[in-house]
Amino acid sequence: MTITLSMDGKEIRADEGKTLLEAARESGVDIPTICFHEATTANALCRICVVEVEGQRVLQPACIVKAAGNMKVQTRSEKVIRARRTILEMLASSMDLSEAPEIQQMMKEYGADTGRFPDAQRRESEVKDDNPMFIRDYSKCLLCWRCVQVCADDAQYTFAINFDGRGYETQIGTFFDKAIPETSCVMCGQCVGVCPTGALKPKREYLLEQGLSAGEISVMNTGRKQRKAK
Amino acid sequence: MIKADRVVTSICPYCGVGCTLQLHVKDDFIFKVTTPFDSPVNHGNLCVKGRFGYDYIYHPKRVTTPLIRKTKQEAGKRTQAFDLSEWREVSWVEALDYVADRLVEIYKRDGSDAMAVYCCAKATNEDNYLLQKMYRALFRTNNVDHCTRLCHAGSVVALQQAVGSSAMSNTASQVVLNDVFIVTGSNTSENHPIIALQMKEAVQKHSAKMIVVDPRRIDLVDMAEMWLPLKPGTNVPVFSAMAHVIVKENLVNHEFIADRTEGYQEFVESLEKFTPEYAEELSGVPADDIRKAARLYANAKNGAIYWGMGISQLSHGTASALALIHLAFLTGHIGRDGTGLNPLRGQNNVQGASDMGAMPFHYPGYMRVDDPAHRAKWEKTWNIEAGGLSLKLGLTTTEILGHAHEGGIRALYIMGENPMMSEPNLNETRKHMGQLEFLVAQDIFINESGAFADVFLPATPFAEKDGTFSNTDRRVQRVRVAQPPRGKSRPDWQIICDLALRIESRLGVATSKWDYANPEEVLREMGGVNSDYAGITYDRIDKVGLIYPVPDLTHPGTPTLFKESFPRGRGKFHILDYVPVREQADDEYPFILTTGRLLEHWHGGSMTRNSALNEIYPEARVEMHPADAEIHGIRDGDAVKVQSRRGEIVVRATVTEKTTVGVVFLPWHFAEAAANLLTNDALDPQALIPEFKACAVQVFPARESDLPNPENVLVRGRY
Repeated sequence: MTITLSMDGKEIRADEGKTLLEAARESGVDIPTICFHEATTANALCRICVVEVEGQRVLQPACIVKAAGNMKVQTRSEKVIRARRTILEMLASSMDLSEAPEIQQMMKEYGADTGRFPDAQRRESEVKDDNPMFIRDYSKCLLCWRCVQVCADDAQYTFAINFDGRGYETQIGTFFDKAIPETSCVMCGQCVGVCPTGALKPKREYLLEQGLSAGEISVMNTGRKQRKAK
Repeated sequence: MIKADRVVTSICPYCGVGCTLQLHVKDDFIFKVTTPFDSPVNHGNLCVKGRFGYDYIYHPKRVTTPLIRKTKQEAGKRTQAFDLSEWREVSWVEALDYVADRLVEIYKRDGSDAMAVYCCAKATNEDNYLLQKMYRALFRTNNVDHCTRLCHAGSVVALQQAVGSSAMSNTASQVVLNDVFIVTGSNTSENHPIIALQMKEAVQKHSAKMIVVDPRRIDLVDMAEMWLPLKPGTNVPVFSAMAHVIVKENLVNHEFIADRTEGYQEFVESLEKFTPEYAEELSGVPADDIRKAARLYANAKNGAIYWGMGISQLSHGTASALALIHLAFLTGHIGRDGTGLNPLRGQNNVQGASDMGAMPFHYPGYMRVDDPAHRAKWEKTWNIEAGGLSLKLGLTTTEILGHAHEGGIRALYIMGENPMMSEPNLNETRKHMGQLEFLVAQDIFINESGAFADVFLPATPFAEKDGTFSNTDRRVQRVRVAQPPRGKSRPDWQIICDLALRIESRLGVATSKWDYANPEEVLREMGGVNSDYAGITYDRIDKVGLIYPVPDLTHPGTPTLFKESFPRGRGKFHILDYVPVREQADDEYPFILTTGRLLEHWHGGSMTRNSALNEIYPEARVEMHPADAEIHGIRDGDAVKVQSRRGEIVVRATVTEKTTVGVVFLPWHFAEAAANLLTNDALDPQALIPEFKACAVQVFPARESDLPNPENVLVRGRY
């Protein structure tokens, strides 16, 4: 069944059951997203997609709220813009966004001030380089949950990683903080494929960034004896 | 952040799933692989090999210069040369002239029956088409085969006999439309990882019920409705007992049987003896579980069967596959979306290589070589005098080496294959290889087989050539150049064409055409005769592949086969008998060894053992059930000697309930502990596929120092 709702003062139509985000995109209305990914279940974690719905006390995350008939939605109201800008400023104050060009672009668009929270404690951690396939640099992690989701029942059903810690200490981790090869991880790299900020990265790309040449990378890991001398 | 110079879309070179890869290239170096989330086959998912396992391309051991052995090799005294110091670097002209001279010399002296070639399920359709063309058109022999013989030959023959076609009947992405499906003889999570994801999705998100029939407690069992742990090689009684139950309980689709099949009455009579109790006695699977599984499958709205080598790699592999086909006939679970008979093909292009006629009984398009009408079509295409091509059926993979002796096969050309790892009973294979008079290896590494060669022709891996692969569900997809060939290496199709021209001039014959401007011309030539591919152009498959049959240029492709009828008309029931595996466990060799693959490795290991993949799985392990291990005083991680009547290896043991009592498992990727030294070279009488999946072995404790590489220790927490 098709329903009709108002978005930014314009009448739009959507199939029943669609989220506000889907309804908006189908009608050509742009709502920004960060944690949302078409291949994962929407979780409304980052809140950058919030919109103002008439009659609702607080802003609503468009990625999970279903469109309903006669809804009146503002996707660019002052309240919405301010919320988005603040979210971006808080992200910038606590994590490394240097490899998230889409978020940097959003910061420009929303006029976000990277220095708004100068005393914020940054979430920093060492690069975890514990397997030959990919590295994990959680200083760049914004906890979008995509990697956890694709490792679980959004794709791989492997359940090797999950949230670790609570509140501000939350980080993505393996169980008992084991090294990747010792976990149930199958190293499919689905997590690397959905990471929006470069926190997860193929090892070879990382080594190239560290200044190693293609030749130097190619002779790594080739030392194992493969055949006992006959 | 590294900015790619270019991002090239291609197809994964590993398994038959055919995932789309986007190769991110910087300064002719692939530093990252991604995949689009709207890719039709893999929906944005990859496995460890596809996403990270392409680094073998840059391995220092890759050979990129033509080589000729310094010491001339002779039949009977042939040796292996892994070290480059035993080879002389030569120009392409010298290498190709030498190959042409030697091949023509042997052909002129000993005739067509002395010539043989192994095509390659890793190479493109175009490469394979050209190589079989070269041997058929120039040397007039059908001694053309490839590793399909060692993987799904049993399934291919069974499907040809029963339905008249040999590919998957439905696409893998239709798994989510099944409501009951059987997975048997396939450790899908490790061997077709992306199809396994779709199976898991079917169970978790679409409430499908999965029945796993396998001697090992594979990963999929965690999500299965039922697990039937049969003894290796008892497929025929188990599936025939399911058929017995379906008939006795009248769960039969009578309409389908009447309209679409033949031989039903005789078949039903032959089922009398296959009671579930009889099957239980032979297989160890409880009779009631067989009944329950039969009811589940028969009562499904959409039932499907997916199978792997556990069905086909047996001395009765054809019969095993027929037993599965019967289940689909009885219930009518075929010819509709979400049903079907689906042999999961192993290699990226094993389907394509078979389609291209890289087989001893068929021209491209499965046209029998002993049918003069088919012969005439290819004679016309290849500009050959009427009656010039051979009507004689060629030798199969295993037979070719078995005939390597005086008066038999004298010259062998191997493109990309590694029989010294993939054949059963390798000690025998070694003797046969030594008997060849002339051996050419066209490859990227000097592997265990290439080390025997006289000449090494350096070819390019998938990322350095254009062409097409046909995946397990018949989807023909584009493979593209991401970087120029390294060193002096050249794409296979160019090497073959150059060589063929040289051979033609030495034979003094009219040309069969080898001056192709690009691989697409090759595909078009083949599609001109093979109607399955007639409508496929590179333009049409630029973005998304087409699923053949594609009979004309506007045809949209055929995801589901047999909707109206079977290629042979009616589906044919066959009368089956239980034939035990050739070698049974006894007091001397009390375990049944079954072999298979690992997620991290690929077949003979040419690619993955020269990759970082080897770091995460560096050693072979024999899997043993805790009850067996305890009796033999073996603990997890202990070094053990595994011995059969044909050979022995030393590996560490993994003590695990993943295997069943009396059954041990070995992966066959590791040259230093090659499982195929142990396996039995007994053949299926129809398909001539060897019995890799069952032979008798003994397991003894061994010393750590007996291990080939004691310093390589596996640390893995995965299933």
